[in-house]
Amino acid sequence: MPPYYMARYLPILVQLLLGIGLASIIVTLSYLIGRHKRSAVKGRAYECGMDPVGDAGHRFSVKFYLVAIVFILFDIEAVFLIPWAIEMRRLKLFGFFEMLVYMLIVLAGFYYIWTKGVIDWNQPEGADGEPL
Amino acid sequence: MVAYLLITLVKCLVVLLILLTAVAYIQLAERKIVGRMQSRVGPTRVGPFGLLQPAADAIKFILKEDVTPDGAHKFLYVLAPMLAVVLALLSITVIPVGPIVHLFGITTALQITDINVGLLFILGVTSLGVYGVVLAGWSSNSKYSLLGSLRGGSQMISYELALGLALVGPVMLAGTLSLRGIVEAQAHLHWFIVPQIVAFAVYLTAAFAETNRVPFDLPDAEGELGAGYHTEYSAMKFAMFFLAEYVNMITVSCVATLVFFGGWMGPLFGPALLRALLPVLYFVAKVCCFLFLYIWVRGTLPRFRYDQLMGFGWKVMIPLALANVMVTGLVVALH
Repeated sequence: MPPYYMARYLPILVQLLLGIGLASIIVTLSYLIGRHKRSAVKGRAYECGMDPVGDAGHRFSVKFYLVAIVFILFDIEAVFLIPWAIEMRRLKLFGFFEMLVYMLIVLAGFYYIWTKGVIDWNQPEGADGEPL
Repeated sequence: MVAYLLITLVKCLVVLLILLTAVAYIQLAERKIVGRMQSRVGPTRVGPFGLLQPAADAIKFILKEDVTPDGAHKFLYVLAPMLAVVLALLSITVIPVGPIVHLFGITTALQITDINVGLLFILGVTSLGVYGVVLAGWSSNSKYSLLGSLRGGSQMISYELALGLALVGPVMLAGTLSLRGIVEAQAHLHWFIVPQIVAFAVYLTAAFAETNRVPFDLPDAEGELGAGYHTEYSAMKFAMFFLAEYVNMITVSCVATLVFFGGWMGPLFGPALLRALLPVLYFVAKVCCFLFLYIWVRGTLPRFRYDQLMGFGWKVMIPLALANVMVTGLVVALH
């Protein structure tokens, strides 16, 4: 084991390079060995054998974006929880109540998005009838 | 330093070799076991008991035509499966399979590297895995692929929250993020499964969703989306998504073993050689139990509906994981 701590991250770099190497070799081999015979039909998008209708670039539900936005908020919460969890033994009850307050604030937001119907995939609109 | 890098290189190559073989044979085991569960025998023709089936599959995959759809974004279309595989292989680096050993005069850990944020590293790398799914679906320019990747993306980020929050409880008990530290905190059979049973249930469910396996395999629901986000992929690029999926299955099984089931801990007995080998055997046996569970569930449960999946993730799993964190926090604070 080398003296500096950061050297422990070197093996991850080695694995990353090996992984990239492996993935490139697989893709290249498959490209070189497999036969290539193009045709107009083969190049079309798969739609169960029917002629493709339109393009795939059409619009989709806004809920996918909302889930992504809500995810960022909660993921940041999870990131705050992890260092707190490690130091919990030293923080004792003080740390617990500090986190409880923080958690209640986050849960208030969670309650709001819940009542708004962001995580309700059955309703096309929000719970109060307004479009999201 | 050169010796360190050489040892690392050897370890990485050994791990890659074991992983690729394991993936091939888990796939065979899955086909055999699911076959039995459905009163079939599974593959039997290639080699004794069908044991050479993975080799035959690999040859077939590599000989197939590598089709790129005309409408595809060429660069991202090639990048997506590579990204999936590289990220899957990367998260395995911090997983310890046994205690520190003395071999041929070298003292080394049975782990590629031991960093003090090991668990956080795994969470980070597995959450990058969502890029493989989203890019594959988007770059294919096909409706099935796009719908599959949208579903996959929002499913993976939703369950990732539950996954991360479930791991906070055991981390609190261990007081460290190093996977080796977490295992050492569970010495003398103090496995975290007992005080953290709720966290384990949440983790296991979220892990199934994270790896897109039954009953959460909506991104590649055959009945409704063709093959989901990899509908347009063929030849080895198609196989790479499976490679990534199975490596991810191994990773989450390893994490479950390390965090909840005491990793390589177990009763040691017998001569010195056996005592050295037993921890690794315990670890492998526990991981195999989880992999069998994956296959068993696939042979048993039907698929969720999408609204049920998202509702369950947000309304049950996340509150449950948060409650577990707060209760564990209170207990640790009062201790």
